[in-house]
Amino acid sequence: MSERTIRGKTAVAGIGETTYYKRAQAPDPEFKMGLEAVLLAAEDAGIDVREIDGFASYSNDRNTPERIASALGIPHYGFSNMFWGGGGGGGSGAMANAVAAISAGYSDVVVVYRALAQGQFGRFGQGAAVPTVAGAAAFTAPYGLMSPAQTFAMRVQRFMHDHDVSQDVLRAISLTSYAHAQNNPRAVMQGRELTEEIYENSRWIVEPFHLFDCCMENDGAAAVIVVSAERAKDLKQKPAYILGAAQGSFLRQGASAHNAPDYATSNFKTVAPKLYEQAGIGPKDVDVLQSYENFTGGVLMSVVEHGFCEPDECNDFFTTENFRAPDGKLPLNTSGGNLAECYMHGLELITEAVKQIRGTSPNQVENVDISMVTSGPMVQPVSSMILANEPG
Amino acid sequence: MATEQKYALPEGLPAPAPDVDGLGAEFWDATKRHELLVQRCNGCQNWQWGPEHICYECHSFDLGYEQVEPTGTIYSWERVWYPVHPALAMGLPYMTVLIELPQAGNIRMVGNLVGQDPEDTVEIGQNVKAVFEDHGEGEDAYTLVQWEPA
Repeated sequence: MSERTIRGKTAVAGIGETTYYKRAQAPDPEFKMGLEAVLLAAEDAGIDVREIDGFASYSNDRNTPERIASALGIPHYGFSNMFWGGGGGGGSGAMANAVAAISAGYSDVVVVYRALAQGQFGRFGQGAAVPTVAGAAAFTAPYGLMSPAQTFAMRVQRFMHDHDVSQDVLRAISLTSYAHAQNNPRAVMQGRELTEEIYENSRWIVEPFHLFDCCMENDGAAAVIVVSAERAKDLKQKPAYILGAAQGSFLRQGASAHNAPDYATSNFKTVAPKLYEQAGIGPKDVDVLQSYENFTGGVLMSVVEHGFCEPDECNDFFTTENFRAPDGKLPLNTSGGNLAECYMHGLELITEAVKQIRGTSPNQVENVDISMVTSGPMVQPVSSMILANEPG
Repeated sequence: MATEQKYALPEGLPAPAPDVDGLGAEFWDATKRHELLVQRCNGCQNWQWGPEHICYECHSFDLGYEQVEPTGTIYSWERVWYPVHPALAMGLPYMTVLIELPQAGNIRMVGNLVGQDPEDTVEIGQNVKAVFEDHGEGEDAYTLVQWEPA
């Protein structure tokens, strides 16, 4: 049997993003922003939007393919896909599903999209005001454990204990994102510089997370057009070839009441090896990394589990010097990401990874061959992706 | 402060309830008797938590609950400073702990640490014992399992 691979078979041909807003500041409805992002992505690719014949999203996006396709008068689509699971775990996973659809011949032009207006719908960071809770929440909510920050702080605390990781590590991740956002006109936090002092003096949300260790709440939409590698070569933009896109979870990570046997993990332990195997590269080949920050502690474990440093070396490796573009060892979250550009549920990390391949990032790293994304640490399932400027 | 109030957390948080299919009912009923139960497979003796309909080891549906000594060790902890629910605003900070039960296959339970100030130091590995915290009356009665230093 020939090798089953997606390596270099598809590419990102177009990206589209609305203006990014603070929560409740968007002048347009969520669905309208979603449409705008799709139109922008098609225009960026140089493809008639009616050619889109596949849809992939994640995190139960409210803006369904049937509504978008009808609104845009799309004559036919052959792929309509939702990546199960919450948070941003499906960012790269939705990309992987788009790749699969194109490789299998279900579709020729797939749009991966996410539209999110937390100002118009519910907020993620609040517990529900209900009289009783059943299911898994019965074992956490009555004890005041009901937000994503609280759910993940428990894992991060244990990881930091096991590997003697200092708070400075989390601080370095946050400072890096804010520093990069200062050069990014699209970033919601441009103009809001973060210093060590401001970080240290900021309030705790839940230890070990200060305010600046937590993602923002925003309104906006983003979209990414995926086509075959052959098609991408003839389009408007330099293709960002997809070398690998992996998704998954491992033993009982979804067990309730925090009972995953291997607990202090970002959940990438089986996904990362699969990703590198698909792509045919290793962590040393990665030129720039966008790593999903629901919370800085998730970046910490994602970076470790993707093999960029050993768990016991974090205090040395996680420095702003190492993470700053353009000259750091591993330029990280070069748009400002979920912490300081926009919490577009991590799709803005994917558009930024594409920009690094194209050479159009606000914090461009020189000579980028390999641009990587990790999506949604600590949720189940998670996903990650490797882009390249050559098909492999 | 938590040490001066009746409960670890202010009143008004959601009360625990079994699933609509009954899963978890034995555990919550037992807490009202101040007994700590953990689900255990009648087939292969595997411990598992939270409650499920099948044993993840041997796939037997023949599951039971076994009463265990109400003690454990702190596996992880978090001191909460931001109220994610209106009821919590008057009770900050508070300490949420993840407790490992070595006598029950190292399963873990979430609770609050009582018997010391929430701002006091907490050590992973510290021994704790369960405190059964009774709430409500009649049909609305329920009991939470909290933990205090042993």
